[in-house]
Amino acid sequence: MAVPVAFFAVFFAYPVAAIVARGLKTDGQWRSGRIADVLTQSDIRHVLWFTTWQALASTALTLLIALPGAYVFARFDFRGKQVLRAVVTVPFVLPTVVVGTAFLALVGRGGLLDELWGVRLDTTVWAILLAHVFFNYAVVVRTVGGLWSQLDPRQEEAARMLGASRFAAWRKVTLPALSPAVAAAALMVFLFTFTSFGVVQILGGPTFSTLEVEIYRQTSQIFDLATAAVLTLIQFAAVGAILAVHAGTVRRRETALRLVAPETTARRPRGAGQWALLGGVLASVAVLLVLPLGVLVQRSLDTPGGHGFAYYRALASDDGGAFLVAPVTAIGTSLEYALAATAIAVVIGGLAAAALTRRDAGRLVRGFDALLMLPLGVSAVTVGFGFLVALDEPPLDLRSSWILVPLAQALVGVPFVVRTMLPVLRAVDGRLREAAAVLGASPWRVWREVDLPMVRRALLIAAGFAFAVSLGEFGATVFIARPDNPTLPVAVARLLGRAGDLNYGQAMALSTILMVVCAVALLLLERVRTDRTGEF
Amino acid sequence: MSTTKKFAAVAVGLGLATLSACGSSGGGSADPKTVTLVSHDSWAVSKSVLKDFEKQSGYKVRVLKDGDAGQAVNKAILTKDNPQGDVFFGVDNTLLSRALDNGLFQPYEAKGSDLVLPQYRVDQDKHRATPVDSGDICVNYDKAYFSEHKLTPPQSFDDLIKPEYKNLLVTENASTSSPGLGFLLGTAAKYGDGGTSGSNGGGWQDYWKKLKANGVKVVDGWEQAYDEEFSGSAGGKKAKGDRPLVVSYASSPPAEVIYASPKPKTAPTGVATGTCFRQVEYAGLLSNAGNAKGGKALIDFMLTKEFQDDMPLNMFVYPVREAAQVPAEFDQYGPQAKNPETMAPARIAANRDQWVKSWTSLVLK
Amino acid sequence: MLELAGATVRFGARAALDAIGLDVAEHEIVSVLGPSGSGKSTLLRVVAGLQALDAGRVCLDGRDLGGVPAHKRGVGLMFQDHQLFPQRDVGGNVAFGLRMHGAPRGEQASRVRELLELVGLPGAASRPVGELSGGEQQRVALARALAPRPRLLMLDEPLGQLDRSLRERLVVELRQLFGELGTTVLAVTHDQGEAFALADRVVVMRDGRIAQSGTPLEVWQRPADAFVARFLGFDNVVEATVSGEAADTPWGKLPVPQGSRQGAGTLLVRPAGVRLVDRADGLRCTVAARTFRGTHVAVQLQPDGAPRLEAACALRDAPAPGDVVGVAFDAAEIAVLGGPGGA
Repeated sequence: MAVPVAFFAVFFAYPVAAIVARGLKTDGQWRSGRIADVLTQSDIRHVLWFTTWQALASTALTLLIALPGAYVFARFDFRGKQVLRAVVTVPFVLPTVVVGTAFLALVGRGGLLDELWGVRLDTTVWAILLAHVFFNYAVVVRTVGGLWSQLDPRQEEAARMLGASRFAAWRKVTLPALSPAVAAAALMVFLFTFTSFGVVQILGGPTFSTLEVEIYRQTSQIFDLATAAVLTLIQFAAVGAILAVHAGTVRRRETALRLVAPETTARRPRGAGQWALLGGVLASVAVLLVLPLGVLVQRSLDTPGGHGFAYYRALASDDGGAFLVAPVTAIGTSLEYALAATAIAVVIGGLAAAALTRRDAGRLVRGFDALLMLPLGVSAVTVGFGFLVALDEPPLDLRSSWILVPLAQALVGVPFVVRTMLPVLRAVDGRLREAAAVLGASPWRVWREVDLPMVRRALLIAAGFAFAVSLGEFGATVFIARPDNPTLPVAVARLLGRAGDLNYGQAMALSTILMVVCAVALLLLERVRTDRTGEF
Repeated sequence: MSTTKKFAAVAVGLGLATLSACGSSGGGSADPKTVTLVSHDSWAVSKSVLKDFEKQSGYKVRVLKDGDAGQAVNKAILTKDNPQGDVFFGVDNTLLSRALDNGLFQPYEAKGSDLVLPQYRVDQDKHRATPVDSGDICVNYDKAYFSEHKLTPPQSFDDLIKPEYKNLLVTENASTSSPGLGFLLGTAAKYGDGGTSGSNGGGWQDYWKKLKANGVKVVDGWEQAYDEEFSGSAGGKKAKGDRPLVVSYASSPPAEVIYASPKPKTAPTGVATGTCFRQVEYAGLLSNAGNAKGGKALIDFMLTKEFQDDMPLNMFVYPVREAAQVPAEFDQYGPQAKNPETMAPARIAANRDQWVKSWTSLVLK
Repeated sequence: MLELAGATVRFGARAALDAIGLDVAEHEIVSVLGPSGSGKSTLLRVVAGLQALDAGRVCLDGRDLGGVPAHKRGVGLMFQDHQLFPQRDVGGNVAFGLRMHGAPRGEQASRVRELLELVGLPGAASRPVGELSGGEQQRVALARALAPRPRLLMLDEPLGQLDRSLRERLVVELRQLFGELGTTVLAVTHDQGEAFALADRVVVMRDGRIAQSGTPLEVWQRPADAFVARFLGFDNVVEATVSGEAADTPWGKLPVPQGSRQGAGTLLVRPAGVRLVDRADGLRCTVAARTFRGTHVAVQLQPDGAPRLEAACALRDAPAPGDVVGVAFDAAEIAVLGGPGGA
């Protein structure tokens, strides 16, 4: 427990506190009056209102579109299901800068909708909502679908034998069992959309602004640190509240349910209705998820001389343009950073999950469970700036050290590791550990001999997610990555920031490479899915 | 139990040891042979030129590019007590006051300051900022669009509010984008401040009301405006941008030529020369610099003819030193504006934050 | 060898162990018998080091085990539901403790072979544990616990989940095996038959305290109190006043053995001591029910205005429900216990 606590204290709490203090303290005095000042500004109230309602709308829309998907993935067997499950997860780990650009190409000017029906959604709130669905589809499918596939269908059958109609059986038996998972998924989506940054910034234009975007603007551009600090605190409180509710639903979800192996519940669709449902889900996945990714690939190949790999070849050339190095080296850098971040996240997250599983874990420790999720909800720009302000004295002067980037990325990876590991670790029978201890195994050996073999697959999945998330992390990385060592998302953003066909094409090509790396990582993970994975 | 704790303690110890080991490699220039330059993402210099400096001065140059211009300045201010480098390059006249008021720089009068063209000189009593380059923020137009529609491209601020250019212009958010802010300051320089109250007080507020009525589109950043919305750029063409007018730089048309393959004979875009605002970028010696001596040498170097000649094609800016060479492509595809709008740094400092605020509620809300 | 003194464990306000004192001698087999919740499993966990004491101490070979973690105590524990490691095969399970103690590979292999032979599963080393039957799992769990040669072997409901015939056979095998190996054993069970068949000494627990301790014969013949008697399955327990060789009871005047404790007390009448006689003689009872017990028939008798009585009858002598019979008592099968509730 000591290690994760120290990690979060030094690399999360301290930097965030430092940047907030910088904004709210003058001459050593806290100026709490600033909070009231900021809250009375109509602009800020407008931001708060928009942040909340777009998150609610995004969550509702995501559930509406993704729940049928969760059902189809849980109960139907069809060809290519594994690949498709990986595909729908790819958006979740893609950097927002790539998604924003790809999405513009779909609903923006000259996008598919524009070409077919002359409909444009960019700079409307619809673009934001649809992109949020794009991002969070996988959260619902994995959280709800994961449980759904393990619910014993015979319970519904039993209810029908007792005279319940098909719908009544579903409503009385399946829905109650499923509702905690739906609630947990909804809260996660709400959390992600409430703190949405890249999507709103790219697709929302200057008129739409979430708290997170406003914090970024106030800190990075307007340099009004006091306002940014107040907004950070507001977001902190809101995220804390969401997480507290989420922790409640998680506990309810862990109550005993009759679970069976997923393979036994899925079957081929029967009848026109089921085929239509499958078709509808596949169509929505194709339009909302695959199409934007496809546009990305198409653009990366669409060179002035016809379709070809010219942009990919250009990545290898060191033209002294946007970088000090050839863009292709960003791939290597990214992989190295992501691996380091994964290692940190797995160690920290694994230790935290192990500590949380201990039977004598008190209230305090269980509260830490929710605290570990906080980095997901705290502005990346706050963390990035916080690192710069706080970690500037030996022995922790890390500002220009390479480890800073993996540390920031690991912060985002840890929650995924913990959430994946916890259910599996909790499922390990404590007496098995005692049996090993009595046979002479020290606590460390117990972990290695009993826990590790049982959680190895979950660990692999956790590591994979941490890897993919680290690979795609943009918000904090862009602040602290060294210019001579850009990561893939940073390189993409930088290429997009320069004029010219070649830069644009290279950005698309790098994005495509990033997407493929994520997809391959996820596809490998599909092969090692455990029976009881967490919610991601 | 006790073993777990021991293991944990060892892990923390190891972690910190690793971290401090890493930490010692970074930091400000503790090494007197290295000079560290902090700049924004657009910093670029030819390798051979930088090598020459390293050879002549004996310093090794390390460059930290820290985001876009505004971000880089803000980050430098936040870390000024223990700066990440010795020299900061890239604060422009629109943000210079923020840097100076926050004590980012220490005084140093660079060798060669006397060769800087007079119109670029600032802070003459304290010498905290050294001008390095200049550029013009101007409306660019898509040549193809205007010839196709048999329209004359606009040339001045006044043209932009004419009905024939309705719904054609895209600009950037003045609160988040440096060209956006420059364009706002250009209109303020041209029309003056009409005050916050007046519905018809004239001034830039009145002009922007008309601009808004004429369908100006505002996006957050230059990338989006230029690469997505603008119909004349390579990226915009691909994205099917439909705004033939964009707030960009006078050097954007040459960039369109130089970065295209194959290179076209003429630039696909042009510059509305009556809509320009002069932007000047400065370098300064950071307060608390670890290697002030090396920093001074680096600032001196930025004013040498060698650097000033090399700079334009790397960063798409104009030199500030007398008799430095402007590349042929610049003159050919996008000559520098004759009479750009300018504004005294003191006036910018006094009004910037208030103007941006009222601009935001006037144009965005 | 094992010595508990004042051992106390509290879960909230409830004491799971209440100042227990218990000695187990070298090579002794002790069975702790008690209903669920009596604290007998907690006792094992305390000795194993899986549960900390709130007061008192545990010594093994004269050494205080306080602060010694479970893996360094050198005691073996066989869990109630075996807790075999599911991802290891039989051999891997048996060898686990040897590996933890750093035994060389060759020795591990030979010891595994030896133990599997000992528990009657020769050649099963490479079988996955998921395929084993309940009895086989029990044998593997035993081999695993024995492998590191623990100074003390503890068994938690060792035969609890097995069916009756298997249980009866295994308990004999176990006793024989422990005798041959000279193992010191502390076993807990809620099944008195199992405890009596296995142990040199039986300890009966109630509410975290020791209600009685003695050889199986002592405990069987003279339960310390009504609780122990009822727990052993005796239902004919009544309040009585003893005077000389007779006792006043709700069933009338009953004979008691010579030298019985005098005065008010509790009386136990074993079913075998309830003889059916002609209805004109003895206590008049109506037969309420009868249950076939294999070797005999248990007959429930209802006297007028007195508690029910249980009698053991030979198979062919058993009366039918509704019959009216007379009952006489046999002093040899009657015991006077301590005072009501006392030990």
